Amino acid sequence: MTNTTAAPVRGLRHSPDFHDLGRLISLMTGAEKHAPAAHSTMDALWVLYDRVLRVTPATADDPGRDRFLLSKGHGPMAYYAVLAAHGFFGEDVLRGFGTYGSPLGHHPDRLLVPGAEIGSGSLGHGLPLAVGTVLGLRAQGLTDPRVWVLVGDAELDEGSNHEAIAHAGPAGLEQLHTLVIDNASATHGWPGGIASRFEAAGWSAVTVDGRDHEALHTAFTAPHPGRPRAVVARVEPKG
Amino acid sequence: MDTMRDRFIATTSQLLGEEPRLAVVLADISADGFAPARRAHPDRVINVGIREQLLIGAGAGMALTGMRPIVHTFASFLVERPFEQVKLDFGHQGVGGILVSAGGSYDWPAGGFTHMAPGDVALLDTLDGWTVHVPGHPDEAEALLREAVDGDDRVYVRLSLQANREARPVGGGTGFSVVREGRGGSVVAVGPMLDNVLAATEGLDVSVLYATTVRPFDAAGLRRAVGAGPGADVVLVEPYLAGTSTARANEALVELPHRVLGLGVGRAELRRYGRMDEHLAAHGLDPQGLRERITGFLRA
Repeated sequence: MTNTTAAPVRGLRHSPDFHDLGRLISLMTGAEKHAPAAHSTMDALWVLYDRVLRVTPATADDPGRDRFLLSKGHGPMAYYAVLAAHGFFGEDVLRGFGTYGSPLGHHPDRLLVPGAEIGSGSLGHGLPLAVGTVLGLRAQGLTDPRVWVLVGDAELDEGSNHEAIAHAGPAGLEQLHTLVIDNASATHGWPGGIASRFEAAGWSAVTVDGRDHEALHTAFTAPHPGRPRAVVARVEPKG
Repeated sequence: MDTMRDRFIATTSQLLGEEPRLAVVLADISADGFAPARRAHPDRVINVGIREQLLIGAGAGMALTGMRPIVHTFASFLVERPFEQVKLDFGHQGVGGILVSAGGSYDWPAGGFTHMAPGDVALLDTLDGWTVHVPGHPDEAEALLREAVDGDDRVYVRLSLQANREARPVGGGTGFSVVREGRGGSVVAVGPMLDNVLAATEGLDVSVLYATTVRPFDAAGLRRAVGAGPGADVVLVEPYLAGTSTARANEALVELPHRVLGLGVGRAELRRYGRMDEHLAAHGLDPQGLRERITGFLRA
């Protein structure tokens, strides 16, 4: 992550708090109140950064860090709020969201956002990049870091995802984890369920309540020896 | 003589033993050739199957972790089919890598238009930061590949079955080389077009330049060449889409009155099979066709 324009915060004043995320998002939207539930990715992102991912602002360039790739780059406010809450950049940066001089766009750019592993926005790029990231780590003997990629259920329409899913299973990419945020927004749906697509390709897969932090944590941390893991997090259908 | 693709496989297989950062990503094409290397380096020779979007994305993902990926298949499936992956997964993510294509404009004419990629260099030309090598001989392909492996940037190496009889010194940032000096205009031959250009200009009072690295375009070298003669008349002979480098030549000569003729593969689909020499003739890229158009333009 070079060429960043926002510096990490040195020493958070207080520990990250889920209930602070609404306020952080308000800094971006200008609205007075923002319920976390308004953002489909919020709870899963929170549990990942709070309890699962082994990465901090201090280790953001460490080859041995866990990686989180936001593939569904659309609607990144929850992501920015979580990164700010964890000190990857100061919350003042949030106020400029989407402006010409801000590092925070409506789709994230890894060269501008501290802590962002990829730039995204065009759908269907994150999962292939995550496959390559696992392959690159493995080629260097780095079998401990885990790689997470977040996609949306509608994003799964893009065929590139299915190239990656079909390869990662037989290749046994145990370090790879896909989090599918399912707000039932895919135009033609997924008859038979999203998890079954992953399972058919040899992944370990589970479907959980995307608002239940304990259920998410259990799903995120369950062992899956020799296989990549998919967690489908169901949230309220997109209105 | 081995082909450029043979040499690419042999050289890369050797370099895998010397460069721990080097990786190869394939989509079934050339998988047999790389089978011994894959056995020796199973974590660094990856075959994703017939999945070209994943091919590019996986190569770029490896680059994100600090590896130096070589990504290879036919030009049509490497550059054209997954073009947005090339644009975003390498360019927008800000990582480097080496794309090595085979098949060129019509290496397999009997295979038809689905396996022809005359537009690959023009397409890459819409992107920033790609070095484009078009070797004209297996020795040149090896030298340019070795140079690319040593770097960190984004490089496209366009391999073809079409080749010149003799190799020339290439690479090292030396730019276009002067093969023949004359006063009646300058002809730039790109990669495998050199032998036909030399045959076509036999006995003509023209300069012949040889180019294997076309991006960045050697503007200073072209200016030097035209500066030696009375007029700035330039003919570009490229083995891909005609006119691909015409704008670059115009930019190089912007301070001079000049004329540029861009020769190469025509845009119209021939819908013909057959052999490479028949396609070269059909596009006017055989010695006779080139001589007619070069003398007509230069009035040499």
